[in-house]
Amino acid sequence: MILLEYIVAISALIASGLLVYGLKRMSSPVTAVSGIVTAGWGMLFVTVASFLGIFSVSEAAKPHLVVNVILAILGLVIGGGWAGWKGRSVAMTAMPQMVALFNGMGGGAAAAVSVIALTGPKETGIVPLLVTVAGGLIGSMSLSGSIIAWAKLDGRMNKPIRFGGQRIVNAAVFMLTVLLGIMAAFLYHQDGGGIATLLFFIGALLAGICMTIPIGGADMPVVISLYNAFTGLAVGLEGYVMADPALMIAGMVVGSAGTLLTVMMAKGMNRSISNVLFSNFGEASASTATGPQKEAKSVAPGDAATTMRYASSVIIVPGYGLAVAQAQGKLYDFVKQLQAAGVDVKFAIHPVAGRMPGHMNVLLAEAGVPYDMIYDMEDINDSFADTDVALIIGANDVVNPSARTDKSSPIYGMPILNADKAHQVFVIKRGMGMGYSAVENPLFFQDNCAMVFGDAQAVLSKMVEAVKALGTS
Amino acid sequence: MITAMTFIIALYIFMLAAFTGYEVISRVPSILHTPLMSGSNFVHGIVVVGALTALFNASSVLEQIVGFLGVVMGAGNVVGGYVVTDRMLAMFKPSDKAAPQKGAQK
Repeated sequence: MILLEYIVAISALIASGLLVYGLKRMSSPVTAVSGIVTAGWGMLFVTVASFLGIFSVSEAAKPHLVVNVILAILGLVIGGGWAGWKGRSVAMTAMPQMVALFNGMGGGAAAAVSVIALTGPKETGIVPLLVTVAGGLIGSMSLSGSIIAWAKLDGRMNKPIRFGGQRIVNAAVFMLTVLLGIMAAFLYHQDGGGIATLLFFIGALLAGICMTIPIGGADMPVVISLYNAFTGLAVGLEGYVMADPALMIAGMVVGSAGTLLTVMMAKGMNRSISNVLFSNFGEASASTATGPQKEAKSVAPGDAATTMRYASSVIIVPGYGLAVAQAQGKLYDFVKQLQAAGVDVKFAIHPVAGRMPGHMNVLLAEAGVPYDMIYDMEDINDSFADTDVALIIGANDVVNPSARTDKSSPIYGMPILNADKAHQVFVIKRGMGMGYSAVENPLFFQDNCAMVFGDAQAVLSKMVEAVKALGTS
Repeated sequence: MITAMTFIIALYIFMLAAFTGYEVISRVPSILHTPLMSGSNFVHGIVVVGALTALFNASSVLEQIVGFLGVVMGAGNVVGGYVVTDRMLAMFKPSDKAAPQKGAQK
């Protein structure tokens, strides 16, 4: 049996090496594709090796082993099959919420491990029990919080839910849960321990919900990234309880990497994490209706397309609206026409364009847009002033000049694309509705700005036709 | 004494792993943030191994139910995380590299 344990341990060691190496390769665009494959092999290896564990189960579990193994295989097939099908079939635009959902499942799995450690017959000391409680708390919060984040991004839950004294209620729920968790650890295998454990997990799930419901949809990427780090941490802690170094390493690497990623994302929006979690973003929206209300100009798609056809330079600012309309392919058709007519076309990507950093790059890459046409905010922001036309498609907050000027605006201080400085600005938008931050955008009322109302897909089709009608000269 | 030592060793593992995670992610271009979030999401799917071990050692119906749910969710995390990351990264095949490969095949 000793030999078998060595085989399991060594394969876990190799697997955690492959996982970390894979993650490292994923952090460079050149090696990224091979990185996930490397990590995938590591994961497959350690999962298969874990089945060797059936030869060294505890005495109490031996009579149930056949059922347990059948359940395990069934669980792998059901969970993996469903997620694989879902992950393949879902549209690229829905990726952020899928990441949220799969992350929540990981948190749930960590919580399940914690439940078994708290209720099972295995004798452990108080330190592992407290670590289990911590992992269970974080995992459960990640599960329920990620589900709320998924619901918000999927459009099933549109309005942030806020009420007076919410922060106090949230803090109370959290404190009570921590208390119940400590009770559950100390009452392990004693009267009341089971009840405390049950209440603890209910409280932890509730805490995750409470923490997420007041946060607006625009902040969800940061929240998902945070829950990703949470799940990693929970997995690491449960790894300690299960005495499995592979779980400890993989979990903690994700825990710290995810935290750093969250900080970097929050920085892209010029906010701190505590600001995302605890400030009620967009609450000032009720008061923004004041101020000079001019009529926004509107222009037909064909006219806007003609202007761009005869411009010498165009910068395109894509936003979430483009992703929702699935119009990235159509957009590239239009861009190719403009290029054929000798127009210099560039794409400007705000760090949080779309719903996640890099999401828009992925969507444009899907449409076949070459890399060298896509510019980051810092690289292109000074070029707007010398550009003939800025074409904004389904973006709003990331080009809102009040972030630069209006100190009372909730998005004041957020770095924005200087699209308003272009000689002419066209905005393709479905209506005059506000962006995710629910802040009025003065850009739309500027003299050099004209709105092209309609679904991005339909508008771009009309633009393509209009340019085609002009012919290439 | 042994449990105290294993606890300390665990803390060392945690500390070194935390530094590793930090080093792996720092200096990453922002275009890779989303794929990396998804990739790290896949990596913590290793929790399925913990869930499997817990399920193998289950000796009561409650443990079997919870363990089964854990394995379902863990497997969902692993497979879903892999598929989503793979799909995202497939977009990153640089066009200038893909072109000569096609030419070479001809």
